[in-house]
Amino acid sequence: MKRIVIHEEHCIGCRLCEVHCLVQHSKSHDIIKAYRRERTELMPRLIVEESGPVSFALQCRQCDEPACLEACISGAMHRDERTGAVVCDESKCVGCWMCIMVCPAGAIRQNTLGTRIASKCDLCYGADVPACVAHCPNGALTYEEVLERNGGEA
Amino acid sequence: MALSYMTPAFIIERDQSRCISCQVCVRQCANDVHVYDIEDDCVYSEDANCVGCHRCVTLCPTHALTVRQNPLEFRPHANWSNQVLRNIYRQAESGGMLLTGMGCDQPYRVYWDHMLLNASQVTNPSIDPMREPMELVTYLGAKPERLELGADGEPIETQLGPQLRLEVPIMFSAMSYGSISFNACESLARASQEAGTFYNTGEGGLHPALYRFGGNTIAQVASGRFGVHLDYLNAVAALEIKIGQGAKPGIGGHLPGEKVTPDISATRMIPVGTDALSPAPHHDIYSIEDLRQLIYALKEATGYEKPVSVKVAAVHNIAPIASGIVRAGADIVAIDGLRGGTGAAPTQVRNNVGIPIELALAAVDQRLRDEGIRHRASLVAAGSIRSSADVVKAIALGADAVYIATAALVSMGCHLCQNCYTGKCNWGIATQDPYLTKRLNPDIGAQRLTNLLRAWSLEIKEMMGGMGVNAIESLRGNRDHLRGVGLNQVELDTLGIRAAGL
Repeated sequence: MKRIVIHEEHCIGCRLCEVHCLVQHSKSHDIIKAYRRERTELMPRLIVEESGPVSFALQCRQCDEPACLEACISGAMHRDERTGAVVCDESKCVGCWMCIMVCPAGAIRQNTLGTRIASKCDLCYGADVPACVAHCPNGALTYEEVLERNGGEA
Repeated sequence: MALSYMTPAFIIERDQSRCISCQVCVRQCANDVHVYDIEDDCVYSEDANCVGCHRCVTLCPTHALTVRQNPLEFRPHANWSNQVLRNIYRQAESGGMLLTGMGCDQPYRVYWDHMLLNASQVTNPSIDPMREPMELVTYLGAKPERLELGADGEPIETQLGPQLRLEVPIMFSAMSYGSISFNACESLARASQEAGTFYNTGEGGLHPALYRFGGNTIAQVASGRFGVHLDYLNAVAALEIKIGQGAKPGIGGHLPGEKVTPDISATRMIPVGTDALSPAPHHDIYSIEDLRQLIYALKEATGYEKPVSVKVAAVHNIAPIASGIVRAGADIVAIDGLRGGTGAAPTQVRNNVGIPIELALAAVDQRLRDEGIRHRASLVAAGSIRSSADVVKAIALGADAVYIATAALVSMGCHLCQNCYTGKCNWGIATQDPYLTKRLNPDIGAQRLTNLLRAWSLEIKEMMGGMGVNAIESLRGNRDHLRGVGLNQVELDTLGIRAAGL
């Protein structure tokens, strides 16, 4: 399946991926409205890791055998039949955080703003190119066919 | 020191109705202009730190930022301009030389803009480059005196010296690893390979990772001899002795120790953190005869397989100097005009020393023709070639090819803020700071450079077609295709062109 590939050597730590992830998952899909009116409930679904000059944007790796899916007690974490992405059904998530405990990549976070749900990348619901990839100014994220992946990089 | 008299050069205007406090500007500015105030949940700007590089403006996702020149005016004075006053205030504070980067920013006449090209109408046909072949291939190197034909249909006996084959008559001018980042060097190297042309290492040696682009590399040997060794000379397609540079004729290159990282130290063969100061002259070249010795030392070292170029700044008496260089055995003479760029130069030198490339090129081409030695070397014009039209005009004035550097950097993101010497280039070009060098992805850099060369090639073909010329060879030195507008007779005579209307 198509997955997001991280090119850490090109990440400049600008966090435009975070900005556009947030807008993509807003109701308005408008950057100014999303930040002005919906900011209190929204958080980016990816994590920019930084240590000195090294940085990269980390999203769910979309494992072939996702540990989060195994560990989910409520059946919220599931594989979307249409897109193949591992996604969290927010109506079922009870906020037990087992997915966060078992994720080998550390790519899931608590949504601390709105509802108590696990916040993770959904590959923008089957968009041609996820928002973070489309808006990276330096080609540090690409969306490619990656055959196998579990945990870290394939 | 007491109060600084310097006022901000730029004003940052932040449209608060659009700013979302995402802090991209804060993270992108190496000059600490933008600061996020957590109490107010608001980004503020310190105008005084802004150098006008537009990095924040370009990356702002809501287009909330504008950078303007500070409208603050001194009382008007034709003689004591804003810039003159600011320079004096700055020097009164620092006690130092004023430094700057890129090429001369003073409003000297740009002769390219006073020359117009010809086109065919009625009496001769123009050519459609979309339908007919159009040749841009150029060979640089010494051409033979005459053709010696073999007896009775035998092959030609004349031996041709080493030549550089250029698919487009545009090369990337010398920029050293050190003055620009590794990613910038790699972008230039990859684009040269892609487009079938050459880039120039500058005087900083060649990083081992770039040896694979040797077939598209011209290696420079400058007065400091940084990074010069036999493998370096043999890894590349041609060699260039750097005598001078248009931005700072008479001065050697200066790379401050802060930029000499372990990688650069290894490439330049100097200790980490030491200033890399090239002597103003080559201490073994005090005459044309001495230059001949170095040219032949390099040819000897590389088995006479590579053309040797000599690069000089365009200065007074450039024509006889170039004649001497050709007679010394150079295969290529590169001339860098007043407006040529640099990573660091004293402002007064950059702005006041040298002559424009247009005049120098015309004078040199004419002198070499008059002396009957034009064929013995190719001419490369450098120093602010800004567009395909400048390339066409340079070739019509007598150049075989041109060097571009400022235009190349601009294509990679440079906004000519002229602060290269600070090492804080926000575009990741003129810096060695690991936070900043990442900002230039060589995949993107190489693609943008390749695009630029492709676009210019298309335009050159279009202009040539209009003139009814189907090979760049037929345009070279063909000054009948140029007419001057708004030039006096001395300028027209120096350029060797007629006034428009004649």
